[in-house]
Amino acid sequence: MRSLVLTKGVPDFSEGAVSFDEDGHLERGKTPTVMNPNDEFAVRAALQTKVRHGGHVSGMSMGPPGYGDVLQEAMESVYTDDSYLLSDRELAASDTWATAITLSAGIEKYREEVADVDLVFAGFKTADGETGQTGPQTCWALDWPIVTHVIALDIDPDERRLRAKRLVEGDVDEIETVEAPLPCMVITDPEFEPAYRKASHRLTHKRLRDETEERAADHDEHLTTWDHVDLNLDPDYIGLDGSPTIVSSVDPIPKAPSEREATMIDPHDGDAMEPVLEELQPFAGSD
Amino acid sequence: MTEEREHYEAVVVGCGPGGAAAAARLADHGVETLVLERGVEAGSKNVSGGLIYAEESAPYTIDDLFEGFREEAAERPVTDYQIHNIAGNKVKSYDLTDLHEHDTDWCDAVLRRKMDSRLEARVHEKTSETGGGVLTNVRVNGLLRDDGEIVGVTCDELDPIEADLIVAADGVNSELARDAGLMDWEEPDEWFQGVKAVVDMEPDVIDDRFDIDEDEGAAHLFSGDLFEDVRGGGFLYTNEDSLSIGTVFHLDSLVAEQAEPHELLDALLTHPVMAHWLGDEYDEREYGAKLVPDSKKVAHREPYRDRLVLVGDAAGQMQAQGPIIKGMNHAVTGGALAADAFAITRGNADPEAAGRRYAKLLEESGTMDKLRPRRYDLARTVGERDVVTNAVERVLDSRVGSLALGNPVADRVLKRAYNSPFLVSMIPDTRTGYVTVPAIVGEEHGRTIRWENGVEPPSLEARIGGLTYDTDVGNPHIELLDDSAEASEAAVYACPVSAEDFGGGCYRTEQVQTNGDEETVVSLDTQPCVECGTCAIVADTAWEHPRGGKGVEYREG
Ligand SMILES: Cc1cc2nc3c(=O)[nH]c(=O)nc-3n(C[C@H](O)[C@H](O)[C@H](O)COP(=O)(O)OP(=O)(O)OC[C@H]3O[C@@H](n4cnc5c(N)ncnc54)[C@H](O)[C@@H]3O)c2cc1C
Ligand code: SF4
Repeated sequence: MRSLVLTKGVPDFSEGAVSFDEDGHLERGKTPTVMNPNDEFAVRAALQTKVRHGGHVSGMSMGPPGYGDVLQEAMESVYTDDSYLLSDRELAASDTWATAITLSAGIEKYREEVADVDLVFAGFKTADGETGQTGPQTCWALDWPIVTHVIALDIDPDERRLRAKRLVEGDVDEIETVEAPLPCMVITDPEFEPAYRKASHRLTHKRLRDETEERAADHDEHLTTWDHVDLNLDPDYIGLDGSPTIVSSVDPIPKAPSEREATMIDPHDGDAMEPVLEELQPFAGSD
Repeated sequence: MTEEREHYEAVVVGCGPGGAAAAARLADHGVETLVLERGVEAGSKNVSGGLIYAEESAPYTIDDLFEGFREEAAERPVTDYQIHNIAGNKVKSYDLTDLHEHDTDWCDAVLRRKMDSRLEARVHEKTSETGGGVLTNVRVNGLLRDDGEIVGVTCDELDPIEADLIVAADGVNSELARDAGLMDWEEPDEWFQGVKAVVDMEPDVIDDRFDIDEDEGAAHLFSGDLFEDVRGGGFLYTNEDSLSIGTVFHLDSLVAEQAEPHELLDALLTHPVMAHWLGDEYDEREYGAKLVPDSKKVAHREPYRDRLVLVGDAAGQMQAQGPIIKGMNHAVTGGALAADAFAITRGNADPEAAGRRYAKLLEESGTMDKLRPRRYDLARTVGERDVVTNAVERVLDSRVGSLALGNPVADRVLKRAYNSPFLVSMIPDTRTGYVTVPAIVGEEHGRTIRWENGVEPPSLEARIGGLTYDTDVGNPHIELLDDSAEASEAAVYACPVSAEDFGGGCYRTEQVQTNGDEETVVSLDTQPCVECGTCAIVADTAWEHPRGGKGVEYREG
């Protein structure tokens, strides 16, 4: 099994880490970059595949050189074997479309030069963009089958098929079971839970963790960076120039002003309780 | 996509000293061995006093199996050993070195989180080489049977696993021993309950207060009227930068006296004899408790069924040699012998071949006779019969008895008696040995201690608050089957994290009106449970351990 897992960095929105300027705009320079939280489910799915069926998992990301840290994070947390960063000034300010074009070019190059790929995993949406489009668009560019909202995954390597449970939200949430041939793209849902019900799976998991420690500490050794030239991409179709979507402005949502006032009353203090009881009088029962 | 059942040559359940020894030895024999431990890390569920002994006569000691054990996993070696007989403020101390050193190669204090986690790492290394390894956070919940024959284990977290050998090293309250019908959890007089506090102390303060060097350690035992009439005693051992202070009582006695275990511990902590050692600043790092089986009564002579063997506490291999407690060392012996038995009989078609050989090795190595001395079985039949006990008690309580024990010859004889491994192994478990004799000795020979003890032990609430839990919300591991006072009220006081008139513990009583009558009913909240096992015996419960990784997590042990 050979898998690729797509991941990106997002500003660390957790308390204490995130930094806004006076106008309420995010200060990217001051806010550390972490792995997009939804990608964690994708990398876990990739790990589950590796633990159960063996093989190789590569992390891939498009973004500034700082995203190397995110790929390192993926290596530490889910023991990817190596990392590929698609990074170039020309790629800056890509929208989902331009990103998908670039990622699919990265995947194609990987298939030609590194190894053929059975599975590509991606998270459901990013914490900073919230579009949920990049995964499907990348898949469209690859012309592969895609299974989205995956919460559980089983692979039959001999038959070269996968079976997935999908969470379909609607009037009533449903869990749908689907099958697809490999190669295939899998978009995980935040409800995705890896299942390790075999002792051998858990032992492999532990062995991978031990093996990865050294590798992750030396991440640069396992990182390959490709720019638009490597990817054979025309600058007119990538980055800002290749992005049809323009985010014209981002407005903070004003907080509702607080109008209510609260007073603390000791329930044992009869006098203080009186007005409260009076207020409640109309709601009291007939007796 | 149906898959075949997983199979390992050996599955070891539990990674305490018994499981670790079994697994290490199995790996030495080249056996593919999987170890399953329910804690987040080995040791996170375990509490001991604890002094680990390396007996000269034992077939295996822990440092035989784990080279460098003492440097890596133990605290201080015991170089000073005393027992204190207490009557009120009077204390008579005897040096116990002779008993302590009898058959002892070395003896170190240990803290279980540190010890067991280090063992786990070594066991994982060894067993990985033969295709297995250690998995934590996995709770085995029963035996897998095929046509009624035990062929493996079932788990909360994993699919069923088959094995040629199943080692139940799952400690006291072994769910596997119970499932196999080899142990029941019925009789309180077959168990002790141990309660313990780990107290923070700088190494140089320890050296100073106990008058020892940094590579020396002290052990002190306490008996007498300090605990009212509850049969048992206290201990204090020095670690590298902490003290282990605790009490061990017969469970039936705790129930009979309706004693609160935490108060008994406090009685020890606040006794004047402790003042000098504890000083004014008392900082309790951890409160813990666990049951201990009494090998004299329950060490199983045939601890096997089909492919299952029991080792350590699961087999009742916990020896109370008078005041000295030896469980960990015997668990190591049991585990290693079970592994050897499997290696010798490997390939034998008879599923019980390994078990039978194991029982034989326990006998031949002399281990069984230490655990279950035949002379005790003889002495017990007379000594514990009420008539005799009461008669002895009456004599001792009389002036004649006090005079007899009080004269200078008796003093020397008693000191010798305490140090006789032969005699202490056959003292019947009556109030006489634990309370009456020591109290008289203290009264007659002791000196009055006038030190002020300023220790204020934490409340039960604070003790519970200081523990780490990962509660399995909505999935309690203990179910109260009968909430009548008659069936289950004993748990309210015997549970180490419950107390009468304390709402924050596991067990409590409530008055309810039924048909005009007032009735006392017992209720249970497992959130503060420390998994000691007491209420499995003294109350009417359906008792299981929590799922893997859930429940209390000891940092010290
Ligand atoms: C207060 C106190 C003081 C003591 N003092 C001493 C002393 O000074 N010296 C001495 O030698 N002994 C002492 N003992 C006794 C000693 O602790 C035990 O005899 C010894 O720990 C037994 O070892 P074991 O390996 O059989 O079981 P344990 O050490 O109890 O190990 C059992 C292991 O199995 C795991 N387990 C249990 N159930 C499951 C399951 N279903 N699935 C997976 N894993 C499971 C547990 O988490 C645990 O790690 C004392 C005990 C107490 C409570
Ligand atoms: S609830 Fe039972 S097992 Fe838990 S601490 Fe209390 S007595 Fe022990």
